[in-house]
Amino acid sequence: MSKDWPLYEVFIRTKSGLSHRHAGSVHAADDEMALNHARDVYTRRNEGVSIWVVRSSEIVASDPQDSAALFEPAQDKIYRHPTFYKIPEDVGNM
Amino acid sequence: MYTQSLDQKGSKTEHVIETESAEQLAAFQIRIDAEEKIEAKDWMPAAYRRTLVRQIAQHAHSEIIGMQPEGNWLTRAPTLRRKSILLAKVQDEAGHGLYLYSAAETLGISRLQMVEELLSGKAKYSSIFNYPTLSWADIGAIGWLVDGAAIMNQIPLCRCSYGPYARAMVRVCKEESFHQRQGYEIMLDLSRGNDAQKAMAQDALNRWWWPSLMMFGPSDADSTHSAQSMAWKIKRFSNDELRQKFVDATVPQADFLGLRMPDDDLELNKDSGHYKFGEINWQEFYDVLAGNGPCNQQRMRVRRAAQDNGAWVREAADAYAQKQAAREAA
Repeated sequence: MSKDWPLYEVFIRTKSGLSHRHAGSVHAADDEMALNHARDVYTRRNEGVSIWVVRSSEIVASDPQDSAALFEPAQDKIYRHPTFYKIPEDVGNM
Repeated sequence: MYTQSLDQKGSKTEHVIETESAEQLAAFQIRIDAEEKIEAKDWMPAAYRRTLVRQIAQHAHSEIIGMQPEGNWLTRAPTLRRKSILLAKVQDEAGHGLYLYSAAETLGISRLQMVEELLSGKAKYSSIFNYPTLSWADIGAIGWLVDGAAIMNQIPLCRCSYGPYARAMVRVCKEESFHQRQGYEIMLDLSRGNDAQKAMAQDALNRWWWPSLMMFGPSDADSTHSAQSMAWKIKRFSNDELRQKFVDATVPQADFLGLRMPDDDLELNKDSGHYKFGEINWQEFYDVLAGNGPCNQQRMRVRRAAQDNGAWVREAADAYAQKQAAREAA
């Protein structure tokens, strides 16, 4: 083998009602093998009811160097949170 | 399951390369000091990256080689129950190796390169796996002592500053506890058995105790780049601190088994609450690391044969994948 098999990222749904969550990665020759490897490596103790695998090269990720531009604008917009508003206690739960 | 401190004697201290500015390094250290996790795509000093690649790869190799001493007893486990348990444990070790290889790959090294470095002998693995498993009691002693020592080492690694490594270690530690308990259970059964079984348990303890203490790496005085790893929060406790914790936790467990630790100098210091223990034979440790342990050559021979014997399977999988892809394209 002169090069590695493609890398796949593995996402597991731990039980119905919850979303899939990143668990790790595996190398595999094809999609089917990626699913089999993910099952063997990441669900040996009933960790999941569903698996997604996706080639790592297909994931588009934000660059950490852009994080300020991307995420800082949300920091000073505290009026987007319910606790920003003062409602008199007499009004009751809202 | 197993890690060993990498701060081995004679390893060179890392030098900061010139392209890294003092500001970058200072900003990085501020993030570390604030207990922020470093993620794969974040800026990091080249020496931090190198240290992690070496440590995580070595850790992964240890898991993979670590399957051999226990695999040795799979076909001879005394009951079906023990056999199922041992099979699950050995399978876990393979899994741990894979989690760790994945974590190392996030730092830019390929799986292939790591495997090649293991097979060529360039990369190291934990010295403990170069000892033979001579009796069934050794499987108990490995779970109890070797996995026990590994847990001591690995729990702090769950808080390592490098996110992917820390997450892999959380997963490993969750699975590791079963490994230690099943080992202690084997020792418990043997030590409550007949005289021959008790003797077998004692013999295993005699042979595995000192090598287990060596798993924590050289004493702090001889540990060359511990300080940098501590500053980067890759490491949280020194080798000697972890070793002491392990001794303090394990000696009462041996007492419970009615077994005797093979150390005439072992003694509880009532004031400090810690056990004082005898001098470790560091020459043996360095000899085993240098490749002269009882099983070094066998471990490498078996690992290389496994790689060679699996070649046709990988080639077939490649051919199948290509054929399917071509059919889909047609």
